[in-house]
Amino acid sequence: MNSVAHLSWFARHEFRLAWREWLAMMTGGRRRRNRAVIGLLIFAAIMHLPAYAVVGRFADLRFPLDPSSLIVLTATIFLSWALILSQAIESVTRVFYARADLDLIMSSPVQLTNIFSVRIAAIALSVTSMALLLSTPFIDVLVILGGPRWLAGFGVVVAIGLSGAAAAIAITVFLFRLIGPSRTRLVAQIVSAIIGAGFVIALQIVAILSYGTLSRFAVLTSNTAARLAPAIDSIVWWPARAALGDIEVMLLLVAGGLMMLGVVMAAFAPRFADTVVSVAANPAAATRGRAHAFRSGSRQQALRWKEFLLLRRDPWLLSQSLMQMLYLVPPALMLWRSFSDSSTAIVLITPVIVMAAGQLAGGLAWLTISGEDAADLVATAPLPPSRVIRTKIEVVLIAITAVFTPLVVALAFASPPQAAVTAIAVLVATASAAAIQLWFRAQAKRSQFRRRQTSSRVATFAEAFCSIGWAATSALALTIPVAAIVSGVLTAAILFATWKISPKRT
Amino acid sequence: MTTERSALEVRGLTKRFDRPAVDALDLTVHVGEYYALLGPNGAGKTTTLRMVAGLLRPDAGSVSVFGIDALRDPVAAKQVVAWVSDEPMIYDKLTPLEYLEFVAGLWGVDSKVSETSAHDLLVSLGLEPHLNERCEGFSKGMRQKVALAGALVHDPRLIILDEPLTGLDALSARHVKGLLQDRVRAGCTVIMTTHILEVAERMADRIGVIAAGKLIAEGTLAELRQQNGRNDTSLEDMFIALVDTEAAAA
Repeated sequence: MNSVAHLSWFARHEFRLAWREWLAMMTGGRRRRNRAVIGLLIFAAIMHLPAYAVVGRFADLRFPLDPSSLIVLTATIFLSWALILSQAIESVTRVFYARADLDLIMSSPVQLTNIFSVRIAAIALSVTSMALLLSTPFIDVLVILGGPRWLAGFGVVVAIGLSGAAAAIAITVFLFRLIGPSRTRLVAQIVSAIIGAGFVIALQIVAILSYGTLSRFAVLTSNTAARLAPAIDSIVWWPARAALGDIEVMLLLVAGGLMMLGVVMAAFAPRFADTVVSVAANPAAATRGRAHAFRSGSRQQALRWKEFLLLRRDPWLLSQSLMQMLYLVPPALMLWRSFSDSSTAIVLITPVIVMAAGQLAGGLAWLTISGEDAADLVATAPLPPSRVIRTKIEVVLIAITAVFTPLVVALAFASPPQAAVTAIAVLVATASAAAIQLWFRAQAKRSQFRRRQTSSRVATFAEAFCSIGWAATSALALTIPVAAIVSGVLTAAILFATWKISPKRT
Repeated sequence: MTTERSALEVRGLTKRFDRPAVDALDLTVHVGEYYALLGPNGAGKTTTLRMVAGLLRPDAGSVSVFGIDALRDPVAAKQVVAWVSDEPMIYDKLTPLEYLEFVAGLWGVDSKVSETSAHDLLVSLGLEPHLNERCEGFSKGMRQKVALAGALVHDPRLIILDEPLTGLDALSARHVKGLLQDRVRAGCTVIMTTHILEVAERMADRIGVIAAGKLIAEGTLAELRQQNGRNDTSLEDMFIALVDTEAAAA
């Protein structure tokens, strides 16, 4: 086999692996390819409805736009790029650490630079494909309502996919060089979380500080932003121009993305191999703990202590919690501002807190209930299973209480009734998330946290709907109490239906 | 009927998955005995031991541990049993000492007692330099030793081990074998599955051979030889002959 044939053969192998990994993620590891494809098509079709609601009214936009619209469109494209970058950093890190086949590849008589070039290209392709998949309903709606010029949007998605993947590879390799393989995994996850959420949150913070609202559009559509915006022919507006149908600019952007990826492949493919070797040569540097006297206490206390220690030492959870904490920064700021001007916008804080509590509780509940690395040990311990479960749920409740109590207490100074509603809703959202994880528990390793959604799609959707439902109920309880009853009953019905269809246990 | 001589009595134990995994199995292990359970892959050894340890609910039959009905009162039975699986399940983010502290806490062992015994156990298994290192960087052999130390830290009366020597180097295997023999000498009962027939031949007081979920032979090495009418053969030859005969009969 010559080197070109070798490369194309390896590329096919990579794409097959990527396809199967994606399929496994969609089907939860079960062999239901047809159902997954049909499900995906139905999902894509349904996604056209929210896409219509979000972008339908913008279908008639044409270049040149007024500065505010141009800023909003550019910011949206930049946000998509940040999200793609965040996802790509995660993919690149996974390639470094998921070493299932690296020993085989690196011991084979092939040019490692070529092999890793293919792998980099595969990352770029999978990231771009995912971006295309998610953006298709939005672009479809724009094409149907505004004409084929919107098809250029696909080119913009490809350009930001390629450039996002290139930037992700450069950032991750740079991190490896800077802080070494043992710390990169955690730092990359945190960087990825911050990049993913940071842009939106930064806009919200500026909006709160300047305009007293949680809406990020307040900043983008402000006179200040319009005044500071560059001239209409600036390169900054190229992505927006391309999205609006400027084919020439769109082709330039795609070419730019390809060039970035090419440069990254040329510069980093050889280092990619070195980096992988250094990761392989430094398998998890030994982390030493401090010796301490054994604690005395009940069996449940031993279990609680173990759970808290593992949660504290869990890098996945750290990065996830950081995300939750980041999202809590804007409401906390809002709260702080409300003390000075008694703004009615403070009501918006409650659903944000409740939503964050539900999401965090779901993750924590999965880690404590399903993500038990020594399941046999706990199952053979002289402790009834019901008590084990109860203790694990207590851990979730204690953690959520510790995180959210300061916010609720601060809220109590501004509005005691709102604080009471928030506290109750946080508890209900936490209990719902924990209950769903309990009903759909499936033994797994904690390292599978990223894929916890794949074990049960029903549980994932139910958890999300309940979080949203309780958040909406809490907001309505503060504004339209009668509507809150309806919303609460509907959310409880979702929870009840989830329980009814959960697997029966003996 | 259960007697104090029996550490474990299994009667009519049955478990079906797609096919019968364990088929009305009867098994008795005496107090202070080192018992080796042998069998080809898929014979039902692990399923049997998982039911005894309380990890699987049998479809039928009874399990009695030191006279305690393990199906009716699993918590009391678990108090005196330790289970070590072939795939060591420990927490990557805990150190060996923290892991043993957790296990001792789960079994309700006094912290002063468990602290000393945890330290001694880990040292005797050659883990002294790693007492305060997180287990995430440990080799499979080291993880197996941590899991074994965890099983012994609460001083169980019955130790059930599924392939405990898999992945251990010669020195570590010797440590583990020595530790288990010490426990048996101290009155503890050990049940172990193994594919290393030499280990069973050298260490076990009695050997049971299981195939297709049924006990097809049982006894001391001498008794097994006598049953097979081959006084000069090795356990390996006898095992293969027994399994072949059973497969032919099936």
